[in-house]
Formats: sequence, C-alpha cells, structure tokens
Amino acid sequence: MKIHLENVVKTFESFRAVKGVSLDIESGELVALLGPSGSGKTTILRMVAGLEYADGGAIYFGDQDATDIPVRDRGVGFVFQHYALFPHMTVADNIAFGMKVSKVKRDKAAIDQRVTDLLRLVRLEGLGDRFPAQISGGQRQRVALARALAVDPKVLLLDEPFGALDANVRRDLRRWLREIHSELGITTLFVTHDQEEALDLADRVVILKDGQIVQQGTPEEVCRDPKSAFVMKFLGDANVIAADVRDGRAHAGGLSVEAAGVAEGRAELYARPSDIDWSEQGPGIAAEITRVLDRADGRRVLATTGAGEALEFDVEPERVVKAGETGFVTLRRAKVFGV
Amino acid sequence: MSNLSTRRKPPRVGDAPLFRRSLIGIVLVLVAFVIVAPLVIIGVEAFSKGWQLYRDTVVHPDTLHAVMLTVLAALIAVPVNTVFGIAAAWAITKFDFWGKRFLLVVIEIPFSVSPIVAGVAYLFVYGLQGLFGPWLDAHDIKILFAVPGIIIASMFVTAPFVARELIPLMQAQGRDLEEASTSLGASGWRTFFAVTLPNVKWALLYGVILCNARVMGEFGAVSVVSGNIRGQTNTLPLHIELLYHDYNATGAFAAASILALIAVFTIIAKVALERQGAGRVRKQANPAEKTS
Repeated sequence: MKIHLENVVKTFESFRAVKGVSLDIESGELVALLGPSGSGKTTILRMVAGLEYADGGAIYFGDQDATDIPVRDRGVGFVFQHYALFPHMTVADNIAFGMKVSKVKRDKAAIDQRVTDLLRLVRLEGLGDRFPAQISGGQRQRVALARALAVDPKVLLLDEPFGALDANVRRDLRRWLREIHSELGITTLFVTHDQEEALDLADRVVILKDGQIVQQGTPEEVCRDPKSAFVMKFLGDANVIAADVRDGRAHAGGLSVEAAGVAEGRAELYARPSDIDWSEQGPGIAAEITRVLDRADGRRVLATTGAGEALEFDVEPERVVKAGETGFVTLRRAKVFGV
Repeated sequence: MSNLSTRRKPPRVGDAPLFRRSLIGIVLVLVAFVIVAPLVIIGVEAFSKGWQLYRDTVVHPDTLHAVMLTVLAALIAVPVNTVFGIAAAWAITKFDFWGKRFLLVVIEIPFSVSPIVAGVAYLFVYGLQGLFGPWLDAHDIKILFAVPGIIIASMFVTAPFVARELIPLMQAQGRDLEEASTSLGASGWRTFFAVTLPNVKWALLYGVILCNARVMGEFGAVSVVSGNIRGQTNTLPLHIELLYHDYNATGAFAAASILALIAVFTIIAKVALERQGAGRVRKQANPAEKTS
C-alpha cells in the first residue's frame, strides 16, 4: 500500500509539532523517520496511524483519503516503543486479540493456526502460554510485532521499536526485522532517533528537524551528500573547521577544498573522523594532540587546532601518537557549508 | 586511615535501640487505646446485660428497619458511585479536555468538606425554604426527611472513593494499551471490558469496598437530611445514636456491634482480595510456578 502525506500539520496547544510535511512512501518500502527528540517524527507516525488527527493536510492510503478514518478502521499495525502488550493475557492471547475483535469473523481453529504461524515467524514457538512479564524485552517486542501483523495490516508502523532494548539485542532485532520485511513485503514506516539504526535498516531515510523534512533519500544519498550542516552533524561525528570561501574554494590553514555553490566569505568545513589524516610535517592545519583514546576497532585522537577548534580523528592502531605532540591535519574529503 | 576500617559502621537512621523501642511502644499504646479498646468495649457492652437483651435489640423492628435502610442506601449509592468513579477516572486519564484539572478538584470536594456541611447544603437546596423546595412540595415529591435524601447524601459523601483509587493507577498505566487495542480493531466498549477493566480490577474492587464501608457508616450528612424518624428514615448509625440518647447504652452497643461486624467483614474481604491480587501477580512473574 502506497502512502502519501500532503502538507500535514499538527499543533499541540500553541506548539507546532509538525509544520507542513509532504512525503511519499512506495508500496513495500521500508522508510525511517529520523530526527532528534521534538522533531515531530513520532507525531507524524501517530497521524499516519490515526492515533492523532492532523490539523491540516491530508493522508492518503493508495488512492483513498485516510485522513479522517478512525484508527480502528484504518488497518494499520502499530508497534509501540514500550510494547504495550496486554499484561493480563498470554502471549498467544495477545497475538489473537486483533483477530478476535475483528469485524471479520474467524473460527477458533483458524485463529489458533494463525497464532502458531506468527509465533514461528517471530521465532517464539512454544512461548504462547507465557505472560508478557515472563519473557525478555526483545521477546516482548517480537510478540508486539506478531500481534500487529496478525490483523493483516496494510501498513506497519513502528515507534522507536528498539529504543528500550540494550545494544546487542537491538542489533539482532534490526537484522531480523529487515528479514521479516523482505519476507512479507509490507509497507513499513518506523521512527528512530538512532542514525545507525535508520541507515542499517531503511530503504530510505527521512530526516526531520523542528517539524519539517530537511532531507530524504537512500542511506547512501544522505550519507554521501548531506545538504545541510544539520544533516551532516546529525548523521555522525563531524569535525568543524572555520574556513574562507574565495573563487569557489574554501581555504583553512594551509588547505583548500572545492566549494562550488557556496557563497563567498566565511564558511565551515565539515569532515568525518575517518576523513582526517595526521602527519608530522605540513602542509596542513597545525594542531596539537590533547588525548588518545584506544578502542576495539582503532585509535581515536583528540586534538586542538591553532584556532582552538576541537578535532577528532582516527589513526591506525599501530601508529605511535601521544598527547602533547604537534603536527598537521589534512582532509581526505570534506563538505563546505556557508554560515 | 587505618582506624577507618576498624571503626564501627555509622548507624542508619532509626537504628538506635532506644529510638526503635520507643517508636514501636508509642504505636502499640496508641493502637491499644484508640483502636482496640473501643472495639472491645463494643463487644463487651453489647452482651453486658445478657444474650437476651442483645437479641431483643437486634431483632427489634426499628433496628431491622435501620439495617434494611442502610443496606438499601448502599445498594443504590455504591453502584452509582462505582459507575461514576470509572467514568470520571477514564475521562481524566484517557482524554484531554478543557476543565480537566477543575474536574479533578471537584471530585475531591466531598473528601475535604465536613459531611454535616453537605447535609446543611442539601437542606438549602431541597428543603421547604430552599431552592427547589416549594416546587418539590407542590408536586408532592419528598426528598428531604425521606429515603431519597438519605441516598443522595450518602452518594455525595462517597463520590470520590472509586475515582480516587482508579485515577493514580490509570495515570501510571498511560494510554498505550487502549491505543494498541483500538489499532487492532477493538471498539471502545470492547477495549474497556477486555483491556482497561482487567488491568484495574483490584483497585476498582478496593474502591468499591471502601465506598461501601463509608456509605454504611455515614452519619453527619445523613443525620441532617434524614430527619431521624424512628422506623422510617433511621439508618443504622443514626439508630445507634437514638438508642444512646434513650439511655439504652446496651441497645446502642448491640446495634453498634452490627456495624462493627460489617466493618470486620469488609476488612476480611479487602485482605482476601489483596491476597488474590498479589497471588496473580506472583504467578505471572514466576514461570516455574505455572509450568509445575
């Protein structure tokens, strides 16, 4: 089912949570709404679900205007951050709930069969008669997903689905959700504030800020070509170096970087830690190492430039560096944004 | 530094034996004089003139009528206030609407206002000199000094009990469960009976029990609006007072023992419910118990 949002607006008591968002989600696509807290991403998801009504604009499911269809009849599967499993029902009863209350009558044998199938899909065979309090957080979220899928939703909506879980479980569930999505091909929209999660999981990432879309595209597009300093910073660690733009190039220290389309004058260079090289001799931007951090996958160096800018970059684990050393940084690649 | 490890651990707050013993002592003495002694006296005094007089007082038509009236008041006031309490708690915790805080305060009023003030207020609303008094009189509807007045006054006094038990619990539970239920296609009623109610049922039962105990024991407000007509508008608490003013102390204690018995049953019911509630939670939390 294709979803189309047209200039959707939502205001909470004088606070504009969503300021005119238009978005297309293709049938079968897995899309992430990514943004910091307060960016309106959860509100958008809840409006698509019908848990919140839009104050303006329209939401289409396929060709049908779904803006005013109540959540009960909208045919969406919603997965909550804190699972929202019914604590007084067993896992099997939780999954069966939607089929039991449905206007489409199913006989008991059919419901039982479907519950068994779904338990197998979410790899929880044999846990059907446990209560939610008796299973782990990751298992609960899988039950919540099975429960949402049980009613054959046209669209699957997930609100920070892995937010309450620890890092390892999160990573496993992410891969697993991707598999389930490939298997079922159901149009899926999920909300997260975790860039890694969004980039790992989604076909397309929609980045939000203050109730508006600032950029959208495949993980590759948004990572390789961030259109603003906000997106650059939000997607990962970024070093900021003051620069001057003259004749289409940005100059900083002894370096200059291609800066087509950036207005002449003051600007900022943005570089990822992995895009910075360190050398004892120039040319480059002079800097002094302040601290060396050793990590499982490499060695991270913290340094300060002559102008007082804090830098973070990676060197090979074998490289001998220590605090107090001075040297020069060069940029393998960088983005330039005007200020 | 070395004497730091050999030094005794600093006492926790209230760890000193003297402090502990005097605190426990004060509590025991207060409980003995304030709670236990009066209850014992009721039992002793009720039977002080023998079983016969106790029996006579209890089966006296006036006493029986008072018991019936008290039970009637409870049978009407408790269900009405239960429905009201659920509706109020649901509205306050699951919806946002204008005047919500005001409603919360209004629900609390019967707790903070002296019942006798409520009684007097009803006199001014429904009494002959009151707001609707003449109209009611002209249409031959008796509210004051009759059973409806007693029931209305009881309802006023006990209105907050169920709502007060439910609101904090339902606030803590949030709206997620109801939203999940609705998104799965359940109707509002279905959501209420299949999802909301099972998750608040122990708090609800507890509220109902407290509400019932208060209706049966209510004196102040009912005393003002009932008119104290023996055998007609006398509830059990009022009947006890009448007997006492008749210098029939034994009779008063006999009647009081009925109320005390009801109270004891209420407490037993409450404890039993809490046990069952706790047992259910334990069963959910411990998988071994279920599989064995």
